[in-house]
Amino acid sequence: MSVDENTVRGIARLARIAVSEEELAPLAKDMSAILDWVEQLGEVETDNVAPLTSVVEMEMKMREDIVQHENIQREVTQNAAVSEDGFFTVPKVIE
Amino acid sequence: MSENKNLVEGATGSWEIVLGLEIHAQVLSDAKLFSSAPTKFGAEQNTQVSLVDAAMPGMLPVINEECVRKAVRTGLGIKSKINLRSVFDRKNYFYPDLPQGYQISQFKYPIVGEGEIEIDLKGGATKRIGIERLHLEQDAGKSIHDQHPSLSYVDLNRSGVALMEIVSKPDMRSSEEAQAYVKKVRAILRYLGTCDGNMEEGSLRADVNVSVRRPGEPLGTRCEIKNVNSIRFIGQAIEHEARRQIDVLEDGGSVRLETRLFDPKKGVTRAMRSKEEAHDYRYFPDPDLLPLVISQEMVDALAADLPELPDEKKARFVREYGLSPYDAGVLVSEKVSAAFFESVASECDPKLAANWVTGEFFGALRKAGATIETSPVSAKQLGELINLISDDTLSGRIAKDVFEIMFETSDDAAKIVEERGLRQVTDLGAIEKVIDEIIAANPDKVEQVKAKPKLMGWFVGQVMKATGGKANPSSVNGLLSKKLGL
Repeated sequence: MSVDENTVRGIARLARIAVSEEELAPLAKDMSAILDWVEQLGEVETDNVAPLTSVVEMEMKMREDIVQHENIQREVTQNAAVSEDGFFTVPKVIE
Repeated sequence: MSENKNLVEGATGSWEIVLGLEIHAQVLSDAKLFSSAPTKFGAEQNTQVSLVDAAMPGMLPVINEECVRKAVRTGLGIKSKINLRSVFDRKNYFYPDLPQGYQISQFKYPIVGEGEIEIDLKGGATKRIGIERLHLEQDAGKSIHDQHPSLSYVDLNRSGVALMEIVSKPDMRSSEEAQAYVKKVRAILRYLGTCDGNMEEGSLRADVNVSVRRPGEPLGTRCEIKNVNSIRFIGQAIEHEARRQIDVLEDGGSVRLETRLFDPKKGVTRAMRSKEEAHDYRYFPDPDLLPLVISQEMVDALAADLPELPDEKKARFVREYGLSPYDAGVLVSEKVSAAFFESVASECDPKLAANWVTGEFFGALRKAGATIETSPVSAKQLGELINLISDDTLSGRIAKDVFEIMFETSDDAAKIVEERGLRQVTDLGAIEKVIDEIIAANPDKVEQVKAKPKLMGWFVGQVMKATGGKANPSSVNGLLSKKLGL
């Protein structure tokens, strides 16, 4: 499977990672190589095997609908680059 | 598909509107979908955020069983297939109010599959609308854009609250049908107690997919109008958007697949973002969560526990009380009005009860801006008033006056009737005496009525005036006809 430069540009934009024009070609080559490597899995016969989303034979554990909480407004906002009056603040995003 | 009578005329012929809705309904739960933080509305910003909701590294989501149960209960209420195994996926996108960088949702394997509901249209008609699916997902936080000239403020209190996304099939053909669909889904959710249905607080929101086509042709390109938060706005947004698309197509243009926002102040929709770019969500199964497996026993127990839903209640009102489908539909549209009607009807004649509840009572509530919960007149009091009509103590007209006084004073009807001497005169002798006096005083009118029987109304009016409206109308009519020889 090969990835072209345009695909790399698109993936970078979706992931919000800045990629310069010079980096596009080498990244496309690397990503194609990775995909080719993974593609080997296609050789395994899986027609009668159900897709697996987890490697352990377990069901999801559930919890009861009980609130266990204390106000940690200060703690959750203290790592933010900027916060104000208990809000996170970001450069204005309006669509 | 049946013929569509809701075609819209354009400059170059008629068009058909095709609508599908995605309803986001907040699950009524104390804690969030994957964390133990509270869901209460209106708390101070970022005070209901746990480390899970803030997406701190190393935090793991654990699902709230009550949210699963409510999703299944809702699925059963909209007569849909329940999937015993479902999977949570990550829907990836960047936005400041989404701290994880992805929303935990269900994509390929939702907890609820196909089903259908029946919507109620004008004149008592109904229509079936297909349900595509219902899945569980997290709500995002809230961005506030109007507090600062160059900054947006982010409040994560809502982040992680459980939502049910209910997706319809593109089965609706007019804004009326879309509004009826939202009303019906909301009523079912309220009957089930799985969502409070409060659109003002955002616990019920709709995304509306609108496209237009020439009748009989394949589906046109759709636009999605995001987050419309009132039933009235849903109607306005659809009307405007359909008209916009028709104008574009008739001018030789083409509709672009895009997300639009409805501006309630201007009554228009405007483009938000172009879909093909932003909607590459790269879904994949969330490695933090195992597949959700529920037992058939749990589903059966929830099914056995379902309350009577609007459609069943409507059918029962028609069957048991002899109401018209229209009146029954009006009464069951809200759980509280159905319950109010039933307690009135337990006191008195059910048909009169339906007329009074949907007529005078709802009218008075609307005028006073009151609700059934704050009504000054109780169901028992209204039933007693109706009984006074049934036993001929009151005429229908006087009963309306009595009701007005009840609504102002909260007094019982019997007390008002006694105190103000409003008891209907059914004593034939007394009525006869009044009639004789009027006939004696108006010999000219007595002559005229023989040629013009319509003048009878004038005599009835005189009798009513003389008795303060308290004479029994049918007795008056009977006696007058006899005395005037008509």
